[in-house]
Amino acid sequence: MSTNASSQIIRTGSGARFVIYTILALFCLYYLLPLYVMVVNSLKPLSEIQAGGMMALPGEWTLDPWKSAWSTAQIGVAATGLKPYFLNSILMVVPAVAISTVLGALNGYVLTKWRFRGDTIVFGLLLFGCFIPFQMVLIPMARMLGLMGLAGTVPGLIFVHLVYGIGFSTLYFRNYYEQFPTELVRAAMIDGAGFFTIFYRIMLPSSGPIAVVCIIWQFTNIWNDFLFGASFSDFDSQPMTVALNNLVQSSTGVKEYNVHFAGAIMAALPTLLVYIVAGRYFVRGLMAGSVKG
Amino acid sequence: MSFLEIRNATKSYGAVKVLHETNIAVEEGEFLVLVGPSGCGKSTLLSMIAGLEDVTSGDISIKGRSMNGVRPADRNIAMVFQSYALYPNMNVAQNMAFGLEMHGVPKEDRDKAVAQVAELLQIQPLLDRKPGQLSGGQRQRVAMGRALVRDPDVFLFDEPLSNLDAKLRVDMRTEIKKLHQKLGTTIVYVTHDQIEALTLSTRIAVMYGGYVQQLGTPKEVYDNPANMFVAGFMGSPSMNLFPAKVAVENGRAVAKITLADGGTGTLPFADGNAMAEHDGRDIILGIRPEAITDEDGADRNSNAIHRIDARVEITEPAGSDTFVVTQFGGKEVTGRFRADVDVKAGDTFPFAINMEKAVAFDPKTEERIG
Repeated sequence: MSTNASSQIIRTGSGARFVIYTILALFCLYYLLPLYVMVVNSLKPLSEIQAGGMMALPGEWTLDPWKSAWSTAQIGVAATGLKPYFLNSILMVVPAVAISTVLGALNGYVLTKWRFRGDTIVFGLLLFGCFIPFQMVLIPMARMLGLMGLAGTVPGLIFVHLVYGIGFSTLYFRNYYEQFPTELVRAAMIDGAGFFTIFYRIMLPSSGPIAVVCIIWQFTNIWNDFLFGASFSDFDSQPMTVALNNLVQSSTGVKEYNVHFAGAIMAALPTLLVYIVAGRYFVRGLMAGSVKG
Repeated sequence: MSFLEIRNATKSYGAVKVLHETNIAVEEGEFLVLVGPSGCGKSTLLSMIAGLEDVTSGDISIKGRSMNGVRPADRNIAMVFQSYALYPNMNVAQNMAFGLEMHGVPKEDRDKAVAQVAELLQIQPLLDRKPGQLSGGQRQRVAMGRALVRDPDVFLFDEPLSNLDAKLRVDMRTEIKKLHQKLGTTIVYVTHDQIEALTLSTRIAVMYGGYVQQLGTPKEVYDNPANMFVAGFMGSPSMNLFPAKVAVENGRAVAKITLADGGTGTLPFADGNAMAEHDGRDIILGIRPEAITDEDGADRNSNAIHRIDARVEITEPAGSDTFVVTQFGGKEVTGRFRADVDVKAGDTFPFAINMEKAVAFDPKTEERIG
């Protein structure tokens, strides 16, 4: 692999290399600028921002905007900070990601290794589910949640994200298991393993890369979702994204930009963390099976 | 009743019949090889014995118990797959013990059984490794070990050597044969390699087009092929098949062959009386390369060596032998000459033909007639 990689690099002269790196550095700067603005401004007192120094480093470093955004800022009608909503988001995203990933793996397993009549139609319908615009299901979903008694609750939000997530997670796992040798399943059958034993003793332990891809994808999508959160939650079940919006919208009097910046970074932090921790598996997983060796 | 009995078993996928009525009885301790080209139904038949495929009609029984509807796990069989199918997430010892674990064997007994088989196959140093860290030959051994540890009634092998390189394949072939002689287990073995079939088996079922073409010992199948397919498929280089015409001379049947120079060669049949009834009939004559030799290399025990002078088209020295190609009846015919025989392309050379080993087929039905 390593020898392979080095042989694919095109050798260039040092002059060309200098130009390439300069351009790359400029692009880096350009893309990192918004992050810089957010971090810098979340660490300075409001007066410094109002004085017009958006790009400048803080004259006086302070963590007060962060503390305020986390626990005391006015969100809607209550001055609770983002903390309870952050918890809501965690309570929503963890079960939704876990369940949709496990169900997706199970679906993928059945659709590739336990073929049945009409399995391609089932898969086609699941795929179709991935591409239905969110807005289209809002009203029917609201009705469904009402009938199930889940309207305005965190479990209701979990349900919605689960339904939407299964399509994608099934797609990922089905394509991954398609490459998985069927002889292994047959060997396990002869060895006496049943349907679920084969799944969790043979298939799941070999599903690391695709599970990471699936988790990152689901986590990012569900965490960042605003529409479902805004549509199907009450004051006490709102996710982080909706609360952030309320934080920014509901400031009476002065706009506390430094608090807003701190809140926005908080909202982005978990997805960033997931990317950093699991990101290197992401590309590997997406590419898995495409190249042999 | 036989140990493993296949009675009128068929397999269809929708309207496509991939295996026609098949009857094979395997005795305990037998090594049956199913051999044939791709798509002949041999792997399907093996899967049916394993229970991985249903039997469309007919019956398969092991030890007198019908296996229709019995799960693969409950048939007391073990299978070695072409890709070895070792569980990538488990080490070698866990791989071997998995089947026992699934059958509820206590850990102590499992460990003992694994240790025993590991010693038999000399894979003790590998027990802690993952399949990904093993070479092809080692994986092959582990796959066999996983089957052996179960101590099943019947072993099923699905082209187990086809992923190995040529030299390793020959070594492992010998090893499998040794193992069979040592343990006396009942084996059904699928391969497309006719040499594997001949060397390993106690009996061979040659399959083609979803039919068993011939079932017999390696010698029967090799010396007395039932039809032209079996004759052409078994043996390497394959049997020479060329058109000839039966005539009767001096009360004995002979085969008349057109030679490359337009002349006619005459080969008296070893059993001249039996073939006499086919007087005047067009046939396909089948003679194996080792029955067409130079005169000094001919089989001294044969009473039916006949000489034909023919022009040599090509010689192919192969170390231990020299293969010499000429034309009989418009078809290329290969003879197996001694290595140091002095023959050149373009020469006219005396070919010694052992008619005891000649067989005759009907050109239309391709079935054996004598």
